[in-house]
Amino acid sequence: MSDELRIKVENVNFFYGLKHALINVNMDIYKNMVTAMIGPSGCGKSTFIRLINRMNDLVLHATLKGKVLLDGKNIFDPDVDVVELRRKVGMVFQKPNPFPKSIFENMCYGLQIKGITDKRILYEKTENALKKAALWDEVKDRLNESALRLSGGQQQRLCIARCLVVEPEVILFDEPCASLDPISTRKIEDLIVDLKKDYTILVVTHNMQQAARISSKTAFFLLGELIEFGNTEEIFTNPKDKRTEDYVTGRFG
Amino acid sequence: MGLSDKIYKYIFMTVALSSFVFLIGIIIVLFSEGLPVLSSTGVMAFIFGKSWYPTSTPPEFGIFPLISASLVVTLGAMVVAVPVGIGSALYIHEIAGVKQKMILKPVVELLGAIPSIIFGFFGMLIVAPFLQDLLHLSTGQCAFTGALILGIMAIPVLCSISEDALSVVPKSYREASYALGANRWQTLWKVIMPAAGSGVSTSIILGISRVMGETMTVLLVTGGAAMIPKSIFDPVRPMTSTIAAEMGEAAVGGAHYHALFAIGLVLFLITLMMNMIAEYISRKYRMKLGQDV
Amino acid sequence: MKANSENSQKLGFLLLFVCIIIALLALGSIIYFIASNGIKAFSWTFFTDIPRKSMTAGGVGPAIVGTLYLVLGSVLFSLPLGVITAIYLCEYSPKNFTLNLIRMSINNLAGVPSVVFGLFGLAVFVKLFGFHVSILSGSLTLGILILPGIISASYEAIIAVPQSTREASYALGATQIQTIKKVVLPAALPGILTGMILAVGRAAGETAPIMFTAVTFYSRSYPSSVMNEVMALPYHIYVLMTEGTHPEEQKLIAYGCAFILLILVLAVSSIAIYLREKQRRKYV
Repeated sequence: MSDELRIKVENVNFFYGLKHALINVNMDIYKNMVTAMIGPSGCGKSTFIRLINRMNDLVLHATLKGKVLLDGKNIFDPDVDVVELRRKVGMVFQKPNPFPKSIFENMCYGLQIKGITDKRILYEKTENALKKAALWDEVKDRLNESALRLSGGQQQRLCIARCLVVEPEVILFDEPCASLDPISTRKIEDLIVDLKKDYTILVVTHNMQQAARISSKTAFFLLGELIEFGNTEEIFTNPKDKRTEDYVTGRFG
Repeated sequence: MGLSDKIYKYIFMTVALSSFVFLIGIIIVLFSEGLPVLSSTGVMAFIFGKSWYPTSTPPEFGIFPLISASLVVTLGAMVVAVPVGIGSALYIHEIAGVKQKMILKPVVELLGAIPSIIFGFFGMLIVAPFLQDLLHLSTGQCAFTGALILGIMAIPVLCSISEDALSVVPKSYREASYALGANRWQTLWKVIMPAAGSGVSTSIILGISRVMGETMTVLLVTGGAAMIPKSIFDPVRPMTSTIAAEMGEAAVGGAHYHALFAIGLVLFLITLMMNMIAEYISRKYRMKLGQDV
Repeated sequence: MKANSENSQKLGFLLLFVCIIIALLALGSIIYFIASNGIKAFSWTFFTDIPRKSMTAGGVGPAIVGTLYLVLGSVLFSLPLGVITAIYLCEYSPKNFTLNLIRMSINNLAGVPSVVFGLFGLAVFVKLFGFHVSILSGSLTLGILILPGIISASYEAIIAVPQSTREASYALGATQIQTIKKVVLPAALPGILTGMILAVGRAAGETAPIMFTAVTFYSRSYPSSVMNEVMALPYHIYVLMTEGTHPEEQKLIAYGCAFILLILVLAVSSIAIYLREKQRRKYV
């Protein structure tokens, strides 16, 4: 396991209007590692992960203080191109959200908006990404079918593949299995573990077993505060904070 | 947001403001073209003047007969449309099953899609002669026939807006009423109707505004005499049909031309006021239900 | 007491039933009278020929073509305006003064009487811009009239596209305009087209807005340019009924015109309503 620092979060405070959604968060995220965010709903874990690719830019009346350094560069600096950032930091959402287009069109979207139109390249990259997402065998004969006809688990793997095809370096998973059945969940989990050799991965989950299964480091959020952050094993077996212990042993939430 | 996104935003905003430009444009046109007559005749004399003789020498521009014609016809139309329109809405909401609803709602909407020239044509050729014989009138083309046809035309407006209002009344009201032993009719009449009250009144106001602005129907059906009606069976000439019938013969830039624009202004202001009242009521209503406005 | 309230319920429901029957009867009798008389006028030449013998014989071809031109022109003008307005309201709308101003304008524009649009068109397009009485002036006037309807149908279609779909696009590094063009608009297209079809039905039947801006009551030929004045179906009905010299012969032609117009409007509206209901069910 490498110990190369990728993302450094420094004193981040985030407000939705008057609501203080993240309070003074500091965190170091390393390369080729799965970092999990856990906590009860409304604790700020999703808000936190959506800062990393500046998805919260879309929210009105939101203000941010502090820095998020990606490879040493603050992503909130005015000279940062948010489009470039989002290509580098991919995201997979809670509910599978394929476009109402064909599977192939879904895969090509990220490349086409970059201006790549060569069919051969599009096809090649699509195949590679679908293989990485372990979906190729299931869809290779029906690439022109609507993506909405896939099952929920397949749709989510398509969304992962669609994210991989633009070759990001960091991937954010926002509760990727929240709407999936246990078998699909298992497949996605295996996929995430498999992907960590090439990517830096952040996963938000409300499922503690999932965090324990797939992550190397875990962050526990409560009411907008980062209560505890450390190696996953320690968080689950030997938490330092009483509140973390209460949560991981199921005493609240 | 990138630079191109910002540019697009401003382009889109400019285009989106076109509705505002058109509305303002209409107001400016009506004022500037109508003002010459209003200032020479005087606003009060124009609105309350009892004689409309635009082509005699000297011409007389008193539009009270036209306003009263519009009012009589509109009022009459509402006597038809309010019970039938709201009754139909209640039927669709309360009695019709899912299948009936799926047929009735589109059918009512289709009734609303029929052009007013068709209603006027139908009224002139079928309804007016029929009423003339039935009621022994000197002419079937009168305020009464106009009111009847306009009333039918307003049914879809009242019905669909009222039906929308009824359908957003929370289910819990109905359950509470049933739990207290009320039957369906009592619940409908004493609980659901009052709860949907402002939506229903919005539909009435919009219905009035629509009827007041109808042109082709009244042009063909109400007979066209520019006199203050003494009875509902008199021929009348509402504001809209005056504009439509006389614009062709009015010399551009002449007093008559300006007078027709001034009528348009009066008409516009009345309907604008109606629409604003309706907007205000429905906005308040949605707030009451806790919906986003 | 109980019997009493039962009876009033029966009576009440009966009255409501009568109401809906009146509404259906009105629609039914209009269709019946116009269809049964109008069909007698129909023949191949009725659709293609020009009016002959001071409009007592021949066909109404120029009026049909004129109405089609006016409808086409008005949609070409107001569809881009309407869709862009809806995009602005849905995608860019900060809840601010501009937004309220635009919404207020649309609501009020929707309530302006059609004859007032005619006055506006006359003063602005015909006189001020010097387009004269022409297809152009009439299309622009009708276009403003149908604009509010097109905006609200487009708005409904665009707002129904799930936010998660937009997020997926942004997360892949798309700009806002790319997201709108490649994801939001394609997904909203069926709804926008439905709104457009409804607007076509509306524009085809309007008379007052084109009376002073586009139509002529008699034309021997088909229009050759947007600066020509044209015949139009609804106005032709009006002319035959009011300014005719041979009422009896012209009545049949008027019935024929009314039937064509009725078929056109009802068919177009039925298609639009059917498509809209189908789409609504898809999202629920």
